[in-house]
Amino acid sequence: MGKIVVRSAGLSPERKKELIAICPFHAIQEEKDGSLGLNAGCKMCRICTRKAPEVFGFVEVEQPKIDKSKWRGIAVAAEISAGRVHPVSLELLGKARQLAAKIKQPVYAWVAGYKIDEAAETLRRYGADAVYAYDDPALEFFRIEPYTAALEDFINAVKPAAVLVGGTPSGRTLAPRAAARFRTGLTADCTVLDIKENTDLEQIRPAFGGNIMAHINTPNHRPQFASVRYKIFPLPEMLQNPGGRIEKRTLPPEKLASGIEIIDLENKPEEIGIEEAEVIVAAGRGVKRQEDMALIRKLADALHAQVAGTRCLIEAGWLDHKRQIGLSGRTVAPKLIICCGISGSVQFAAGMKGAEKIVAINTDPEASIFNIAHVGITGDLYEIVPALLKKIEQGESL
Amino acid sequence: MKIAVCIKQVPGTTAVEVDPVTGTLKRDGVESKLNPYDLYALETALRLKEKLGAELTAFTMGPPQAEDILREAYMMGVDAAVLISDRKFGGADVLATSYAISQAITAQGPFDLVVTGRQTTDGDTAQVGSEVAEFLGITHAASVTSIDGVTPAGLTVTCDLPLQRMTLRLPFPALIAVEKAVGEPRLPSYKRKLATAGKPITVLALKDMADGDESHYGQSGSPTRVVRIFPPEADTGHEHWEGDGTSLADRLYHFLADRKFLQRIG
Repeated sequence: MGKIVVRSAGLSPERKKELIAICPFHAIQEEKDGSLGLNAGCKMCRICTRKAPEVFGFVEVEQPKIDKSKWRGIAVAAEISAGRVHPVSLELLGKARQLAAKIKQPVYAWVAGYKIDEAAETLRRYGADAVYAYDDPALEFFRIEPYTAALEDFINAVKPAAVLVGGTPSGRTLAPRAAARFRTGLTADCTVLDIKENTDLEQIRPAFGGNIMAHINTPNHRPQFASVRYKIFPLPEMLQNPGGRIEKRTLPPEKLASGIEIIDLENKPEEIGIEEAEVIVAAGRGVKRQEDMALIRKLADALHAQVAGTRCLIEAGWLDHKRQIGLSGRTVAPKLIICCGISGSVQFAAGMKGAEKIVAINTDPEASIFNIAHVGITGDLYEIVPALLKKIEQGESL
Repeated sequence: MKIAVCIKQVPGTTAVEVDPVTGTLKRDGVESKLNPYDLYALETALRLKEKLGAELTAFTMGPPQAEDILREAYMMGVDAAVLISDRKFGGADVLATSYAISQAITAQGPFDLVVTGRQTTDGDTAQVGSEVAEFLGITHAASVTSIDGVTPAGLTVTCDLPLQRMTLRLPFPALIAVEKAVGEPRLPSYKRKLATAGKPITVLALKDMADGDESHYGQSGSPTRVVRIFPPEADTGHEHWEGDGTSLADRLYHFLADRKFLQRIG
C-alpha cells in the first residue's frame, strides 16, 4: 500500500506543463495555489515517479500484514451447466493441481446444485483432494444469494489461499459477489496463472481489449479470487487413482433463501449465429460439388464450429444466406476460422479479418487469402480435410 | 421510484500501446467517451422512467473531466448527475471502485433499482456491478436482455445465458446489468442539451461518504496490485505450409490441438 507525494515548490510554469503531460491518465493537474496535485484519475501506475522522481515520490504506507500460512490450498469454484460439470471447471482443476503441487498444498473443489453426486465424483476424478458439495433443491438453478452463501460457507470452512472461478456468465457474477463479501481482490479473465512460494498468485490478464497485458498480485488479502475464461487452459487428464474425498455440506434455510423467483426457464438449442461462433469452417469455390459440403460440415462438427461460406456458395444455394461472410453478408470475429478453398476477395476478407487465427487451405499458392492468413496451407482440401478428420477421430479415442 | 444508473468515461479507443522500452502507456491524443455499453443502461432506465415516472440519477466515478459524460446523460434525459471524485479514490481496483460507488449511491439514496451496462471497454472486468450489489446488500441479476414487466414492488427480466434463457422476478431494491439486446439507445437531444446546460452536477468526495475511512478507498482500499504492464506478444506470425496432404493434415491437427480447439464441451 502506498501513496504518491508531490513536491512541486519552485517549479517553472514550463516545467509544470511538462510534468502534467507525463501522466497518460491526465491525473496531474495544477491546483488553484499553483502547486501540482493529483486528481481522481490517478491509477497509481507510478509512471510519474519514474519519469520525474525529484517531484513525484512513492511512499509506502504500512498496513498490518495478514498471516498467509492460515490460508492453504487452491480451490476451484466449479459450475454445473446443463447437468454436467462445465469443462472450464475441469480446466481450472488442472491448473489448480499445477499450482498446488508447486506450494505442496491441497486442491479443493466447491460445487453447488441439486442431485450433484455425479458432478462431485467427476471433480474428484479430475484431481480435487476434497470436493465440497452443496446439494439442495434451492440450489438447482443459479441464483445469486444462495450460491454466494454456499461459497462463503466453503471459504470459511476451508480457508483456501486462492479461489479460481470460470469466466462464465454465472461465474462472473458469483466471483465478484463473493470477493466483495470477503473484501478481497479479484482478477478477471486471467490468461496466465502462476504462484509464488508465499502463495501469492501471479496473475496476468489483458486490458484495453487485449492491447495491453497487466501482471497483477493480491499481496495482502486472502483468499485471492481469479477468474479464467473457457479454453484458456488445457483440459487435464483424469487421474488414474483419484484419492480425494467428497464432503457433503448443508446450509441453514435462511442462507438458501433468495429474493429472486424463477418464473420461466427455457433450455436453448445450441444454435448460434456465425457472428457469435468461436470457431468457423468456411467454404468457397474450391469446394467442387454440393455433396462435398458434407466434408465441410463434418470438419465443423469435429471442431464444434459453425459452417459459413462465400457469396458464390450462397448464390448456388448450398448454404443459407445467414451463413454468408463478407460485405454483403455478415461480419465474424471467431477465435479460429478455417477457410477451405477460398480465394479471399476483398469483400470476403472485410467480413472476417477480425478473426484471431486464420487458417487457409488453397491449392493456388498465389491466392490472396494467404496475405491475411496466419497459417497459409498450399494444398488440396480434398486430401487435407479427410486426413485431418481421421486424426481427430483417432485422437479422441486415445 | 428512484433509479441509479452507473456509467463510466473510457478512452475513445482501445488501441492503446505500451512503450516497450519504458513500459508506460502511450495514450497521446486519445479522446474520452461514454462507455458504449452504458448507453443501454441509460436507455433501460429511461424506458422505466417513461413507464413509471421514476427519478433517474446517473453516477460516475473519475477525474473532474468525467463530467462530460454526465452532461451526455443529462442530454439523454436523466434528472440528476453525481460525480464521485476525490484524489483519495485514485488507483482504485474493482473492490475499492465498487465500494466508493456503493457509498455514493447510499449517500444519495435509497434507490429502488441500480442499472449498469455489461462491462466497460477499458477494464473489461464486468464485475463492478456485482460488487456494488454486494456492498449495497441487494439482490442482482446480470446478462439481462429484456425488461418484461415492472411493478412498484419489483421487476421481471429475462437473462440470456449460453444454454438457458431465464425469466426472473426481482424484488426492489435490486441491481441489474443489461445487455445490448434491451433496446437501441436514444440519441442525446440538442433541445435537452440547451435545457440542461447549466444543470448542476453533484460532486461527492470522501468527506461526503458515510464511511470516511480513507483506507477503504483508492489504492489503500485495493487488494490487487498491478506489478507491471506490458505489450502482448504480437501475433503477426504468418506461416506458410507446403507438403503432401497427410503431413499437412498432421501439422494442422497439432496446431489445432495445441490451441485447444479439439476440446469437447462436457
